[in-house]
Amino acid sequence: MSTATQPQQATPSEGAGPQRARPKVSLKATVVYALAALVTLFAWVLDTPADTRTTFQFGTSGDVVSIPNIPVPALGFLVVLLVVMLAATGFSFWRWRERRPLPAWTHVVVGVAFVLAFLTFVGAGRSTVIPMVSLLAGALALSVPLVFGAMSGVICERSGIINIAIEGQLLFGAFMGAVVASAAGSAYLGLVAAPLAGALVGAGLAWFSVSFRVNQIIVGVVLNTLIIGLTGFLFSTVLSDNKALWNSRMPLPRIRIPLLADIPVIGPVLFNQTILVYLMYALIFGLQFMLFRSRWGLRTRAVGEHPKAADTVGIKVNVRRVWNTILGGAIAGLGGAFFTVGSGLAFGREMSAGQGYIALAAMILGKWNPWGAVMAALLFGFSKNLGNVLSSIGSGVPSELLLMLPYVITILAVAGFVGRVRPPAAEGVPYSKS
Amino acid sequence: MNEQNRPDAGEEQSVAATPPAEAGSETGGPTVREQERPGVLQQILGGSALMSVLAVVLALFIGGLLIAFADEDTREAATYFFARPFDTISAGLSAMAEAYVAMFRGSVFDWQAATFAGMVNPLTESMVFAVPLILAGLGIAVGFRAGLFNIGAQGQIIVGAIGAAWLGFAFDLPPVIHLLAAILGGAIGGAVWGGIPGVLKARFGANEVIVTIMLNYIAVYLISYILKQPGFNPGRTGQRSPAVSPDATYPLLVPQWLWPDNGFRLHWGFVVAILATVFVWWLMERSTVGFQIRAVGANPAAARTAGMSVGRITIITMVVAGALAGLAATGQVLGTERSLTAGVAASFGFDAITVALLGRSRPWGTFFAGILFGALKAGGFLMQSLTSTPIDIVLVVQSLIVLFIAAPPLVRSVFRLPDPDRRRRRKADTRTTQEATA
Repeated sequence: MSTATQPQQATPSEGAGPQRARPKVSLKATVVYALAALVTLFAWVLDTPADTRTTFQFGTSGDVVSIPNIPVPALGFLVVLLVVMLAATGFSFWRWRERRPLPAWTHVVVGVAFVLAFLTFVGAGRSTVIPMVSLLAGALALSVPLVFGAMSGVICERSGIINIAIEGQLLFGAFMGAVVASAAGSAYLGLVAAPLAGALVGAGLAWFSVSFRVNQIIVGVVLNTLIIGLTGFLFSTVLSDNKALWNSRMPLPRIRIPLLADIPVIGPVLFNQTILVYLMYALIFGLQFMLFRSRWGLRTRAVGEHPKAADTVGIKVNVRRVWNTILGGAIAGLGGAFFTVGSGLAFGREMSAGQGYIALAAMILGKWNPWGAVMAALLFGFSKNLGNVLSSIGSGVPSELLLMLPYVITILAVAGFVGRVRPPAAEGVPYSKS
Repeated sequence: MNEQNRPDAGEEQSVAATPPAEAGSETGGPTVREQERPGVLQQILGGSALMSVLAVVLALFIGGLLIAFADEDTREAATYFFARPFDTISAGLSAMAEAYVAMFRGSVFDWQAATFAGMVNPLTESMVFAVPLILAGLGIAVGFRAGLFNIGAQGQIIVGAIGAAWLGFAFDLPPVIHLLAAILGGAIGGAVWGGIPGVLKARFGANEVIVTIMLNYIAVYLISYILKQPGFNPGRTGQRSPAVSPDATYPLLVPQWLWPDNGFRLHWGFVVAILATVFVWWLMERSTVGFQIRAVGANPAAARTAGMSVGRITIITMVVAGALAGLAATGQVLGTERSLTAGVAASFGFDAITVALLGRSRPWGTFFAGILFGALKAGGFLMQSLTSTPIDIVLVVQSLIVLFIAAPPLVRSVFRLPDPDRRRRRKADTRTTQEATA
């Protein structure tokens, strides 16, 4: 329905109307950095006793060169990090005065410093170590379905179909992946079945939204409910009647890439994974390239931005949309396989647990770009895992508030605090020649 | 589908321009012009009422196939399907019949109960389940009429429940006032949570679908955080707040002195649901604000040109929608659960979307859709316990109903019904050619 997005374009609510003429450099980054520094100073630095230590654990059990745990004096390290943040604040302010845009690495520096400061504060004076490798590995694991889902969203929405059904595609992929892998006795066959299942959901979305011109958001939401009901029904009838045949655990083997996996800290995190994760790496780079450097990508974007113009030059708008939606569904379905065969678990009721909606949010936060969506998905995965790790360490910070964080960030993002977010122009509008 | 949208004779264009199968939008069915009103039979066959009934029948049939497929006897018989196919079919049919009979007994009338009160009890249970569905469904319907996709009923119910429960157990007020205060607390909680996406959309153009989805998750973590606070969980005894004071709970609708030993759980929340339906009808059909809401939903640009503040209407709509969802929470907190739990919203917020869609965003349509889905839920529980058919089938049936309702051409092609649009268009075509030749 066009009305959902129309007012957004009709009322451009940028308060920066008069600033348009000069180069667009905003003070937002400086303000955010200053806030991070203030939080660090008042909430953490002043609350940390002088003589405590925080122990970071960088090694894993299987390392070639074992890395000892690194204890750091908490207060001193916090002050160092605070100085880094203040320097970044000053630097960004100077760049703003010079009207030069800020390089991207400052965001990364401040982000890392802020997270490290938080971890230092949490671990100060505790006997438990802060497990850096498992923190990062868990974050990556939680991000995998998000990345697949967000890629699916990018492919669909760039061609003008809103894919709310990512959730259903993930769940159905997880279901079929588990069932086929279990029945056939091979986890890899599950990896073949999962994208087919996701594609089926994608085809349903395409069928209803292109052929019957039903509102895409409605179809998506309803398909999600349908898949939750269907998988839940089959789970508690067929699957639980004969668990050994239909729903036994079929983990994908981990493949260790020889040299890369020996890099300390990031090696075991990135390069000792299942084939599904390696497929994800390939997908990210492939999609980023294809979307902006190939004929398929150009046509997809044309169909999503201005279908009439695309039609005029001979691109079949609806055919393109249908195939993209099916392809997107397949990718999300493959991501769903991570819940079951990818993590070595049996299928459980509603095991995607709303990750599809978060993938959607990651895609929006990433501004409909594959690379940005990956970053957002990693951010969500990391903050979720941070919440989990902190509640297992038993810190005083309520994990719920931390777990809320990705959602709050997303809301701020779509409200325009994190830069303008613009969806493809023809998104959600059914196309017909007339 | 292209020929459906082909611009025809000039006066037909306005009809053809609205997508024919768009649920949740302003037009429930094809607008029928006075001079072209088709015959009575055509109207019934192409009408939206029949479509709704057929959609329900079709969805129940497909659900039945699933039940038959999951039935162990059927699957056993299917192993020798080619030798004796009738075995499979009869086993499947009996599984289907068993499940649906149980569902009927759980939702409408149970002829095996000992007393008359026991026999009609399922009907009251359906109404109990319908209360939150109707109220939250109304909230979503109001949003749909303004062209807003309020996916956030779930979060609004949760925050409404927090408000209602807190006023219900933490304060000591005189009987009637306490109940009213708790109801108001629920409505305000929901209104605040619904108002956030409204304001963000009006001020910053933030897409309400995303914001409401995000707010749902924030609400889930909020309630789990709140239930750990000493104020809400004094003894730290699990995920449950203190019980709501009896003064603040909905009284039973059929009191014991009127009908002894009735055992009905039906409470005054149902009356609130009826009142809310009447209010929404009045708001949408008789008030200026409702007119503006519909105008913004039909065409925001035109509404702005006509001098309406689209932003203001967006905020009002979302606040009303949130308040209605908050009222839905009172049905749970003050009616059946009588305390705050983490799972207080169950899946009512998402079911309510299907309720509003089935009711075509009309107040009374939503009301009856809510009762139907309440009946499916109530019946589903008995079905689950009697025939071991999982209640998930209700979700399947619900979503199939909505899909079929949203795509009338699909239902028409399944039942081989004529397409009323096409017939009318042919008439119009011939008439314009006559006019052209004349």
